[in-house]
Amino acid sequence: MSEQSRQSLERLFFDLFGGKYAVEFESSLLHGEATFQGKTIAILGTLERAYISASLALEQARYVLDVMRDHPGRPILLVVENSGQKLSLFDELIGNNGYIAHLSTCLDAARRRGHKVIGLVHELAISGGFMATGMATGDCYACEGAELRVMAPEAMSRITRIPLERLGELTKSNPILGPGVKNFERIGAIAGVWSGDLRAHLHEALSAPEQEDARRARGAERGGRLLAAKVAQAVREGRQRL
Amino acid sequence: MSGSYLEASARNRILGLLDPGSFVEFLGPTARVTSPHLPELDMPVAFDDGVAVGEGKIGGRTVLIAAQEGKFMGGAVGEVHGAKLTGLLERAIDIKPAAVLLLFDTGGVRLQEANAGLIAVGEIQRAVLAARHAGVPVIALVGGRNGCYGGTSIVARTCDWIIGSEEGRLSISGPEVIETVEGAEEFDSQDRALVWRTMGVKHRRLIGDIDRVVADDIDAFRAAAQDYFGKSRPLTLDALNAEQEFLASRLKRFEDCRDAREIWARLGVNESGRVPDLDPEQFENLASSCAVRRP
Repeated sequence: MSEQSRQSLERLFFDLFGGKYAVEFESSLLHGEATFQGKTIAILGTLERAYISASLALEQARYVLDVMRDHPGRPILLVVENSGQKLSLFDELIGNNGYIAHLSTCLDAARRRGHKVIGLVHELAISGGFMATGMATGDCYACEGAELRVMAPEAMSRITRIPLERLGELTKSNPILGPGVKNFERIGAIAGVWSGDLRAHLHEALSAPEQEDARRARGAERGGRLLAAKVAQAVREGRQRL
Repeated sequence: MSGSYLEASARNRILGLLDPGSFVEFLGPTARVTSPHLPELDMPVAFDDGVAVGEGKIGGRTVLIAAQEGKFMGGAVGEVHGAKLTGLLERAIDIKPAAVLLLFDTGGVRLQEANAGLIAVGEIQRAVLAARHAGVPVIALVGGRNGCYGGTSIVARTCDWIIGSEEGRLSISGPEVIETVEGAEEFDSQDRALVWRTMGVKHRRLIGDIDRVVADDIDAFRAAAQDYFGKSRPLTLDALNAEQEFLASRLKRFEDCRDAREIWARLGVNESGRVPDLDPEQFENLASSCAVRRP
């Protein structure tokens, strides 16, 4: 791994845990543990804008399963750092969607079994990579300056046939379209952006009450996604009208 | 109702699967709950945002059912569309039907509502798991023209069971996307036979990603779905470990394969070139002896 990306991660962990952490970096994977306010926290994640392949999804799932088996209830901090799912013939052939589904099912199961599962987007998360990891945590946060998107604006312009310039204008006013952590925060996908005192943010995240899925309600509260919560509730109640 | 599943609209698929007269739709087209985002892009809306959701009966048993309309924006998931699916799955926790049937026909996230579509797919997945943890089996049906791609392919693989017809495809990244980013040497999207054998349901069935391949017929889908009513795949720690082992051994066994035919040959399929020509019954016979099976 590059010196720059190691330093950036070490700085993150130092800001969060002082000297009280031990994290191993193995190619695209990081894992270890830390002590925070007297409690042990499991740390897991990917690095260097990794592409989430079937094997990388599976390696992460292995750690989640190990934590559930060996340390019931231990909180898990998932460092989200990826360039999306890996685009390759082999990954389609072997069924990467099933591997990613398994990873997110494991993260979800950990949460349901009483582990606090916190996602933290470090520098970048894209589309299927975000779905595999950050979207399957209880709450997902992001470091200030992190980037989050579904697709690069150029590709989106090509596929939707919306000229790049117009797309740029639209994304300024509409959090539904534009890349960026702020937009994802407004629609409720990101619970909050961490800056300044990271320890205070982590403390708050660890103490937040566990909810089934707060993202729709947050999106409505923050004015970024107004219909999802209402529509889902109406259907849940079996209504004919909104 | 007998007839092609592929050719039928979303509502006709639902009507064909359910007992006659039993369908009650929630937030149907007359409710006109449309996308608030498409008009900003000067794009037409659909009165159901491209998905029909509701309740009905199959063989007298209550089910919840959703069908994506592949003709509207390729069945892609936007804010309203996604929330309808999530709400339906959450209803399953409240009313405990015999099953939830999800009829996928989609390219994945609707890029015109990119961020809202992505988070919606994440919410659908969590709701699938919530329904499963509540003991309600969730069954994915894949037999539409758009296949089941993108984040929705992850959702499908999060369900208890997947049934596909020969026409179905299930994969995360579309051939065009891979070709655009990685080049035609990596994936030639014009090679239909390559697309089919890499992403088609027969390959998925042989490697254990889906449970049944049926004919392109609504009756055949119904009969297969009924077999799974009341049956759940467990989500215990043991079950998750078994899935881990299954996926790991599959990855290792086929790690050097670069074509589905190599995988099929390794599974013991004789004359793997004839797999595309087998009818569903012949194919299921073959699969029952050769396919790997997920736990």
